[in-house]
Amino acid sequence: MNKVISLLCGIIFGIGLVISEMINPEKVLGFLNIFRDWDPSLAFVMIGALIVSTPIFHLFKKKNKPVFSSNFSIPTNKELDKKLIIGSILFGAGWGLIGLCPGPAITSIALFNMSSAIFVISMFIGFYLASKVN
Amino acid sequence: MNIVNFTPVTALTGGLLIGLSVALFFILNGRMIGISGIASNFLVSKNNRIENFLFLVGLILGPLIYNLISGKEINISISSSLILLIIGGAMVGFGTRLSGGCTSGHGISGISRFSLRSIIATITFMLVGILTVLITGIL
Repeated sequence: MNKVISLLCGIIFGIGLVISEMINPEKVLGFLNIFRDWDPSLAFVMIGALIVSTPIFHLFKKKNKPVFSSNFSIPTNKELDKKLIIGSILFGAGWGLIGLCPGPAITSIALFNMSSAIFVISMFIGFYLASKVN
Repeated sequence: MNIVNFTPVTALTGGLLIGLSVALFFILNGRMIGISGIASNFLVSKNNRIENFLFLVGLILGPLIYNLISGKEINISISSSLILLIIGGAMVGFGTRLSGGCTSGHGISGISRFSLRSIIATITFMLVGILTVLITGIL
């Protein structure tokens, strides 16, 4: 059942990225362009996501276990270290350079766009290199 | 500053669907969604590999199913050069794993948990993204 849920949640997430247009780098760069022609739309994507996920998380984390799994797996790392800051700076710079973050990048594979395919391959190389450092 | 191309209704609708996906994944499978984590774990870890793979397949099926139901074409525009795509992709991949999350893992799942780490990460990558767009716009 976990597998079916995973596929289903991926589909819902992917459709969300399409409807919100977060899949389009031009839209994302418009959101980051606050000092010139600003498109505030993506703030609404975040608000929309958070008003669903926040109450659900706090309501259900107190339960013994998830419906189809033996326990909840919630990140425990609370350290505010250099890795967090340097990683976020690198990510922010790459995001601002192209307008793609991991979710939209992978989702855009469906559109057979050569540029996003190159980005995704390079991103996976980045994942691999980080796994060797961490 | 001018406000342009503002689409609050579709942005909010898409956001609600993303929130629904995060909520369902937590209630049913017990995990918090972070796309960079799911994708990199699929690559480097045997844990939950099939689930992670199927989630990524779902992401890619999303636009195809949307297109099938709505009949609407999905257009995206990427104007970056080859070398920038390679550098940008590597920075996003390496950076998100170094900091332990991306727009979804820190920005949505982490902030939902009120995680200070995620709040700091989100403010940092947003500010650096804004700064990057400002600089590349001037160059």
